Amino acid sequence: MPSHDRLLQSRFTRLQALFALAATAAAPALASSFPRPVLAQDQVTLTLVAYSTPREAYEAIIPLFQGAPDGAGVQFETSYAGSGEQSRAVEGGLPADVVAFSLEPDITRLVKAGLVAEDWNADEYKGMVTDSVVALAFRTGNPKGIASWDDLIKEGVEVITANPLTSGGARWNILAAWGAFLQTGKTEEEATEYLRQLFTHVPVQDKSAREALATFTGGKGDVLISYENEAIAAQQAGEELEYIVPDQTILIENPVAVDTESANPEKAQAFIDFLRTPDAQKVFGEKGYRSILPEVLETFDFPTPPTLFTIADLGGWSDVTTKLFDPDNGIVAKVQQ
Amino acid sequence: MSATGYPLGAAGAAPGSPTTAGRALSVSTPLSIGVITAYLSVIVLIPLAAVVFRSSAGGWDVFWESVTSPQALAALRLSVIGSFVVAAINAVMGTTIAWVLVRDEFPGKDAVNALIDLPFALPTIVAGLTLIALYGSRSPLGINVAYTQFAVLLALLFVTLPFVVRAVQPVLGELDRDMEQAATALGASSWTTFRLIVLPNLLPAVLAGVGLGFARAIGEFGSVVLISGNIPFQTEVAAVRIFSQVENDNVTAAAAIAVVLLAISLTVLLIIALFERWSRKHDQ
Repeated sequence: MPSHDRLLQSRFTRLQALFALAATAAAPALASSFPRPVLAQDQVTLTLVAYSTPREAYEAIIPLFQGAPDGAGVQFETSYAGSGEQSRAVEGGLPADVVAFSLEPDITRLVKAGLVAEDWNADEYKGMVTDSVVALAFRTGNPKGIASWDDLIKEGVEVITANPLTSGGARWNILAAWGAFLQTGKTEEEATEYLRQLFTHVPVQDKSAREALATFTGGKGDVLISYENEAIAAQQAGEELEYIVPDQTILIENPVAVDTESANPEKAQAFIDFLRTPDAQKVFGEKGYRSILPEVLETFDFPTPPTLFTIADLGGWSDVTTKLFDPDNGIVAKVQQ
Repeated sequence: MSATGYPLGAAGAAPGSPTTAGRALSVSTPLSIGVITAYLSVIVLIPLAAVVFRSSAGGWDVFWESVTSPQALAALRLSVIGSFVVAAINAVMGTTIAWVLVRDEFPGKDAVNALIDLPFALPTIVAGLTLIALYGSRSPLGINVAYTQFAVLLALLFVTLPFVVRAVQPVLGELDRDMEQAATALGASSWTTFRLIVLPNLLPAVLAGVGLGFARAIGEFGSVVLISGNIPFQTEVAAVRIFSQVENDNVTAAAAIAVVLLAISLTVLLIIALFERWSRKHDQ
């Protein structure tokens, strides 16, 4: 974003907040912004503003934290919604102590707004709390014989993915496909051509990953491009689907950070530290996430794809966001014209 | 024609026209005007002005680029044409429904009458989910239209149903039947009677309802976003395009598209108001 734009942004913060509230249907986020109950002096309440998917994991981890020495007596208020919506709600004034999003740009937005410290990703985990990979889910028995990215553009295959322009999370899906080509020696033109063909196989682009999953389980499409943890969670919820991790895919990294306006920054940091302990990481693992701790990761049976790349290998978020996801001039917009 | 005391919109459709000076019961004291102005400012004018203001934050070039990019144009086209089609269908079906509810007697009429407003009460996202469940890939009725432009129309028809019905109903109820009976007695066919006697009387109400329905449809998001599939250039409506601009932190571009929608709605509502004024003059 050019610097004059940033100037404008600070000038329009209040208007923007109004607009964001009107435009993003932040109702679920707002629900938790009601005044907090008056508490005894030694009681601490942390507000966790997170994206939707890890809800079950956090609901299991919070009691563990409250049972640990650092977390004794800490009360929690939690708010779950789409990652981008949550990030904009916090930018617009939703009080938070800890924010957990599905992708780094949602934290970067808050860094620009001065709500997350510049060095939030300077720790040994680079600010991340969980990992996953992009997987390909299909109907039980794999009737269309899906084994690789190339199978998605075979004739008669319908692919479901959330719209990468409305869903930050769906960008991982497109980046996985895009990177699968670049990381195996193909040119950018070939990767672009693949995306062009891929989108002709996409009959629905829901606005969020959750809706895309609902569309798929509702009977539409042959393949759902999905996070591995989402596919596992869907199986755990009794949905009939199977998935594979393609030979080339991207490592999804989910960030977490302390809000600089937190009234209890030490407790907020203690909670984040706890999220990175083996106990908490094990819960994330049980819910389908790949642990950021190697010793926890190896206790689970996650397949290791031959070519596993990261967002850094593709040039970092700032580069790919402009190149692929600009709504007017990005590759994703262009190939669909 | 002197001021008749009609609001600019149409019969019963434009509440709160602040300049209407009633002769019998005047409420236009300085206090009430102040209250109304403050209220309208907080609820409507300031938010709308903020959107217009925000759309200009990047200058004219950015505004123009945002609303004329191929994808934005395609989305605007779908929203505008879709809303016109929906308005036309509403004009016919809404008037018919109102007619049946006012003029015909049948068992369960009160229940049907109560049903008309329910699309307003249902959260739009639930409307979308319901339509998908009924008319999607697993339709129990065997009708699968989800993720097509037709599905967009279906969702818009659902959420705009009440406007024309509720605008026409009271006018039709008040309509003097003597004129119709006279026309029939003089040998006019029922179609002629409807065309020359009933329709001119109903037209302002129909148009008012159509205008409101159009304005609602052109910006509709919740009910459309699930069932349309949001495929750029095919089923992506303007509101979804706005959402994707917001999601990309292009709030200026989002506001620009919103301003275009506002301008189109305003134009349509103005044309309806002018047409009404013209037809009233024409009558005299």
